[in-house]
Amino acid sequence: MQFFGGSAEVNPSPLAPAGTGTGLLGNNTYMMYVFNRNGVCLLYREWHRPLKTLDSQQDQKLMFGVLFSLKSFTTKMDPISAEKGSLGVPLLPGQGCSFHSFRTNTYKLSFMESPSGVKIILVTHPKCGDLRESLRYIYNIYVEYVMKNPLYAPGTAIKCELFNTKLDQYIRTIV
Amino acid sequence: MAVTVAVYSLFIINKSGGLIFYKDYGSAGRMDTNDSLRLASLWHSMHAISQQLSPTVGCSGIELLQADTFDLHCFQSLTGTKFFVVCEPGRANMEALLKAIYELYTDFVLKNPFYEMEMPIRCELFDLNLSQAVQRDRPPVFPGR
Repeated sequence: MQFFGGSAEVNPSPLAPAGTGTGLLGNNTYMMYVFNRNGVCLLYREWHRPLKTLDSQQDQKLMFGVLFSLKSFTTKMDPISAEKGSLGVPLLPGQGCSFHSFRTNTYKLSFMESPSGVKIILVTHPKCGDLRESLRYIYNIYVEYVMKNPLYAPGTAIKCELFNTKLDQYIRTIV
Repeated sequence: MAVTVAVYSLFIINKSGGLIFYKDYGSAGRMDTNDSLRLASLWHSMHAISQQLSPTVGCSGIELLQADTFDLHCFQSLTGTKFFVVCEPGRANMEALLKAIYELYTDFVLKNPFYEMEMPIRCELFDLNLSQAVQRDRPPVFPGR
């Protein structure tokens, strides 16, 4: 339900989450992925990526695989719930304990899954703070400019100009 | 089981991804040996793959994983042994705890003449000192909660 909290307003550009619009250095976001529930990469954008170890298709597959495995890992590891099922069983969106970010010494990956199974992945500088609000904001942009676009066929790559413009605008404000 | 502990569990993985030490400090639900072995090798692979996905050079794997109900802090030693603790979300000082555990490992496991490298750890003194180190990290228990 949390994703539909602001559905009462029909404003196509909801307010950006507080604390992310300070307009400091606009070079903190490295890349972004959007996957649908079948693992099709709907969008891949990069702003700063000096190192490429794989070709783009392999890279996207690997990213989806990592998210899938980490989700089953966290579900099995969950120290709070007693019922954890068995490792490696595919889970529905919102089922089981998920994760929202991980950090290495060179980057931070933030992850959000919508109730319909759309996964948004943001790779940023490791010093970036909690980006859950930002991901939700990006999801809102996605709903407004992609899902509500009558020319967009679900499950295909996103080629909506307005979405890209809005996204670029917002990405520059993430600190 | 009812005691609140900051740290839920501790895993130590050798450089080839095998689980050599696992201790539970009160997570809900039973995890059998097979599950802990699988989780350990899964973490080993995730750690390796995360380095491939890095946008810049010099990535050394996941240090912190933030899940909905826990945080996982991982420390990799220079020889490739990985230590990770599962703890309550947002707890600080876990890096220090991992360093302390690493120190205990070098003192009581590696310096033990009967310990075979890369094999499961069965050292009484390590167990003893480890539980002390983790207890020290335990927050005061409030009976009202």
